[in-house]
Amino acid sequence: MHRTAVKKVVMESVLDANDALAQANRDRFDTAGNYVINMMSSPGAGKTALLERTLEKLRGKLRLGVLEGDVQTTLDADRLARFHVPLVQVNTDPGFGGECHLDANMVRSGLTELPLDDIDVLVIENVGNLVCPAEFKVGEDARVMVYSVTEGEEKPLKYPLMFRSADLVLVNKVDLLQHLDFDLDLFLANLDAVNPGVERILTSARTGKGVDEWCSWLQSRKPLS
Amino acid sequence: MHELSIAESIVRVAGDHANGRRVTKVYVKVGHLRQVVPSALAFSFELVAQGTPVEGAKLALEEVPVTARCRSCGVESRLGAFPLLCNSCGSADLRIVEGEELMVESLEMEEA
Repeated sequence: MHRTAVKKVVMESVLDANDALAQANRDRFDTAGNYVINMMSSPGAGKTALLERTLEKLRGKLRLGVLEGDVQTTLDADRLARFHVPLVQVNTDPGFGGECHLDANMVRSGLTELPLDDIDVLVIENVGNLVCPAEFKVGEDARVMVYSVTEGEEKPLKYPLMFRSADLVLVNKVDLLQHLDFDLDLFLANLDAVNPGVERILTSARTGKGVDEWCSWLQSRKPLS
Repeated sequence: MHELSIAESIVRVAGDHANGRRVTKVYVKVGHLRQVVPSALAFSFELVAQGTPVEGAKLALEEVPVTARCRSCGVESRLGAFPLLCNSCGSADLRIVEGEELMVESLEMEEA
């Protein structure tokens, strides 16, 4: 039997479903009075190390909470557990197919374990990856990228999707600059080429350089109650 | 590999609109700024379509180049690479008009 083809106009954004869930997360955050940061970087850029410094500095000054995203293991959450802040680990492997990023649904699944009403600023540490996390909103207010100087000057041009979406770039591991051929000015020019004038702070989780400035930035984000 | 998640969403959207009919072709618009690798998306699509009404369907990708309107001088530019600068006055203060699409445009299906 011959079957004729029919055409149907759809015009539906591929990410509509995720965006709707992200908005639902956002509504929950707004109700609870949370300012939410989506922290993104390559693997090994220093997100967790910077968070350790941050929790050390801001303990008792700002009610921070952390949602840790990783494909597997609770290693990062274990590192942060000693600070006794509200903390939940979301692994993207079981049930989520080992995704290389967090999406709005994964974040939603972690929120039930966080006392949102007792949190001023929630940091969502995304899976280390320079492409995919940028595509998926999770309900955040701001996107903070951690970029380490060992990654070379050219990455903003190669991975513009994430660099374009950042509200703040923490240029990390600057204590290593003296040992590297990394051209900081060239990197910053490349950064400006894809995201003109984006805020940036030079940091070192190892020496603590820039951590005060980053913590002030965070404190300035605390929602007015 | 965000192509896998994107392919899953495309298959879901197409399946939702098919109402049980068999989908033979899916037309998708992808903006250049989405950083989607067409071959990776096509591969993922074939994989995740298996066992759904979209199985075996062709994926027709239309890549949309970047067009931006300058907030300083108002001129619209077609842009191929970073930095994104106005072709007329060189300003970086641009509003992206096209190039960020990621959309299922239409489907071809068999008659029910």
